[in-house]
Amino acid sequence: MEAALMQPGSGDRGGRAPIWCKVVTIQFAILALLGGLLVRPGPAFAVLEINITEGVVEPVPIALPQFVDGSGNLGDTARQVIDVINANLLRTGLFDPVDPAAYIERIENIDVAPQFDDWRKINAQALVTGRVTLQGDGRLRTEFRLWDVFASQQMTGQQFVTDTSNWRRVAHVISDAIYERLTGEKGYFDTQIVFVEETGPKDARVKRLAIMDQDSANMRYLTNGSDLVLTPRFSPSNQEIAYMSYGDGFQPRVYLLNIQTGERGIVGDFPGMTFSPRFSPDGQRIIMSLQTGGNTNIYTMDLRSRMTTRLTNTAAIDTSPSFSPDGSEVTFESDRGGVQQIYVMGADGSNQRRISFGTGRYGTPVWSPRGDLIAFTKVASGRFLIGVMRPDGSGERILTEGFHNEGPTWSPNGRVLMFFRDVPGADGGPQIWSVDLTGRNERQVSTPSFASDPAWSPLIN
Amino acid sequence: MSYGFGPGRVFRALFVSIAFLVVAACSGSGDNLDNAQTRAVPGTPQHFVVTVGDRVFFQTDSTSLTNASKATLDKQAQWLTQYSDFQILVEGHADERGTREYNLALGARRATSTRNYLVSRGIPANRIRTISFGKERPVAVCDDISCWSQNRRAVTVLEGQTGT
Repeated sequence: MEAALMQPGSGDRGGRAPIWCKVVTIQFAILALLGGLLVRPGPAFAVLEINITEGVVEPVPIALPQFVDGSGNLGDTARQVIDVINANLLRTGLFDPVDPAAYIERIENIDVAPQFDDWRKINAQALVTGRVTLQGDGRLRTEFRLWDVFASQQMTGQQFVTDTSNWRRVAHVISDAIYERLTGEKGYFDTQIVFVEETGPKDARVKRLAIMDQDSANMRYLTNGSDLVLTPRFSPSNQEIAYMSYGDGFQPRVYLLNIQTGERGIVGDFPGMTFSPRFSPDGQRIIMSLQTGGNTNIYTMDLRSRMTTRLTNTAAIDTSPSFSPDGSEVTFESDRGGVQQIYVMGADGSNQRRISFGTGRYGTPVWSPRGDLIAFTKVASGRFLIGVMRPDGSGERILTEGFHNEGPTWSPNGRVLMFFRDVPGADGGPQIWSVDLTGRNERQVSTPSFASDPAWSPLIN
Repeated sequence: MSYGFGPGRVFRALFVSIAFLVVAACSGSGDNLDNAQTRAVPGTPQHFVVTVGDRVFFQTDSTSLTNASKATLDKQAQWLTQYSDFQILVEGHADERGTREYNLALGARRATSTRNYLVSRGIPANRIRTISFGKERPVAVCDDISCWSQNRRAVTVLEGQTGT
């Protein structure tokens, strides 16, 4: 049987670098054999499919029985893996996990087809079965199958072999496979969030960079709080973070931090404050703002040649630049017309044009990884809103609004946004929230204390 | 308070305590202010804060200096001319009712307009550096306009004396 291998990580410091986490998913070799066992051959294509574009009204009932313990001593892992999958799918708002108390069949062998009638009776439309086994070499093998209950058909099946400590990542990878097979969209579970963790009173906040899995697990700090740090962003490879730090206290600057080695350095030698960094889609350049005197303009710096290029040249505030996913264009905010508005320009600074024309101020534009939308913070009538519009400025849609919502970041599949929400008052502080592109399914993202400036990593697997 | 360095850090700690006295004086009898003035040794940072005032305030999303601000900066320039040993850091700040990146740029603009005014009043440009804290360092943390207006400020910080 072919196995998909995940190499063990380089200890706790390790980020989720593709170097060691590259996962090649391979269909079960026994899939073909299993087809012969099916009682009722299904149609050529499974009928179970979730359309997430329109916003799902009814979540799909899915049965997620505990994985089979293939070794007799992996009961905890078998339970934990399905718990993580369950929580992932539940948070999407697209799935409705069936109460395990209603299960009729007890899954004891995943190599045979389940009793579909038993699952149809409890109205589970999808069923996931799986098994964890400790191999002779001490590694953990995790297998799963996704079944279309009403078509009596396997939709997908994969297995992963990895270090036992990676069980949580396996659960995320399986969640992604289930999500992708049922929605037709890439998942976003094997991802991380980098953010600014905030402690202390409002007038003397200590801010530290922190990184965690998208489900809030495995949080750890990347900086120690001695320097004020803001606006962390992932590199496309997930290996580096660009952020702004007050560092030596002389002038705040953009820094790069290698997640695995902890190595950090200043990006470029500029005569003023540099801030609001983001990577280009190819990871070769940083785009950021440089303030000189009262003006702020947008520059790129090539990380290899260190060559800098000026993209805007105004006596205004031009900031929050974000590349389109194909790298050909940049969206940014500028107050060159009097108030903060969103603009788009070519990646060489050409053809600068305003795209936001609604009432209020628009800032922090972020291009969707799909390229079809730009998310933004809008300030209108003293309220702070998160919304999206098309890159030509049409189709503005507000996803959430309130006293203070700011700084959207996209899930890698462009279906979910995280942002931070602050509350008024001396004791208040920001928290990270997520909302679907449909405007539904608003949820707080759990962090140990106050948290702001979230940035969602690309998909790791 | 960890972003000053050298002697500035000590001075800033002093400023905080003095600033509290000034605030108390505004709402109270004025005794504290008198006491503070009595204690402030001429030519010291405390003296600057108490007799001149170390900060000016701005309207929402504005970097224009009001007449009141200009009057304060005129006094600052006089004091800084008299005590010409001090290096000067002008901090620009914004209130919490803006987005983070924009407020960093807005704070820089406020610091710059304050610096430029001091230069126009005879302070050598090479004595003054600026820094923006955006909305990161509010002094007032309530949730209404009275607080936000105190946070939209430029603060003139005496960093240290040349030759000492």
